[in-house]
Amino acid sequence: MNGAHDMGGVHGFGPVEPEPNEPAFHAEWERRAFAITVAMGATGEWNIDMSRFARENRSPADYLAKSYYELWFAGLEALLAARRLVSAEELAAGHARGNTRPVKRILAADEVDQVLSRGTVAVRESATRARFKPGDRVRARNLHPGGHTRLPRYVRGHLGTIERVHGCHVFPDSNAAGAGENPQWLYAVCFEGRELWGAESEPKLKVSVDAWEPYLEPA
Amino acid sequence: MSSIHKAEPHDHDHAHGSELSETELRVRALETILTEKGYVDPAALDRLIETYETKVGPRNGARVVARAWSNPEYRERLRKDATGAIASMGFAGRQSEHMIAVENTPKIHNMVVCTLCSCYPWAVLGLPPVWYKSAPYRSRAVADPRGVLREFGLELPDETEIRVWDSTAEVRYLVVPMRPLGTEGFSEERLAALVTRDSMIGTGLPKSPAEAP
Repeated sequence: MNGAHDMGGVHGFGPVEPEPNEPAFHAEWERRAFAITVAMGATGEWNIDMSRFARENRSPADYLAKSYYELWFAGLEALLAARRLVSAEELAAGHARGNTRPVKRILAADEVDQVLSRGTVAVRESATRARFKPGDRVRARNLHPGGHTRLPRYVRGHLGTIERVHGCHVFPDSNAAGAGENPQWLYAVCFEGRELWGAESEPKLKVSVDAWEPYLEPA
Repeated sequence: MSSIHKAEPHDHDHAHGSELSETELRVRALETILTEKGYVDPAALDRLIETYETKVGPRNGARVVARAWSNPEYRERLRKDATGAIASMGFAGRQSEHMIAVENTPKIHNMVVCTLCSCYPWAVLGLPPVWYKSAPYRSRAVADPRGVLREFGLELPDETEIRVWDSTAEVRYLVVPMRPLGTEGFSEERLAALVTRDSMIGTGLPKSPAEAP
């Protein structure tokens, strides 16, 4: 979706403000929101692409008004509601009510280290050969899907060069929609600054994105 | 904390208190519900928090960089198979499943961003700082990287190519900064102390030996 999350090249947000000696969390609720989000992610009730879409799928005003962990929490609430794991009545009461549908798995404390160190691998076997190779010129397609996508607006329609072939990876556009992993070849595609930002661009700038094959066409 | 777009300080400080207390209550209520339903194990939640507050952080990445600086074989392995090279030091997993190390040279300065959310190599750098997740960085890193670097106090020569990596997939990038001058004969441990988090994102440089404690 063309949402507020797709920020590359947007003007007006002001300076970057680094915080010296920044803590991992800035409030207790951030710790808890982080942990329940990661723990619920481990239940297998949704995948990472669904989580990302749940965070970004809101009005631009809402997205921009929320802090980072507020977005995580809002995304979690949306996923729980959509899957009927937590009801509005329960949220109002602050307690579980009625029947509880079992989830696929529950993350136990003694599994945390192993689950974190294993991660979730996105590479899949491929039955097809990669269409592009390093050095090939490609154009990012001019796509504007209403659902989840990982092709930023600032590269759409622009010419770039294949720099790396990463392998065949789970395709977020399908995976977020619950339409299966639909693995696709993934490439690092490099764009010249002037191709993206025009003649006034920083002259010695190159920007790459990781783009799946369906995002690209030969040029 | 503020909204993701860092509104004017006065405005958001104002809205801050009431918003936060409501969020706090909602997070607490949801954790209670999920715990009562047996969907989450409170001990697992504590373990998750403890992991990212005390165990996993940029010291991991600093050790990787220090080894790459001092061991040419390791550096070569990091170039060819960063995921494997990093895992061989015991750092692997969530948000670092597919790693690529990008090396700064006198000609090229690398910088990493995630314009669409906040993708970041957790296993080597820990959780991302607020500025990395904020709208100013996400919007400008790809279009005005020199302006962003100036806000970090970093001015690069005009002839340096700036290479920005927008992490739009599950591939995570670790910048290997240039080894500081005057560090000949330093142990890996001493070198690691020079490697800052920002130097591994590309918004800073390593410390010089004179700056190290």
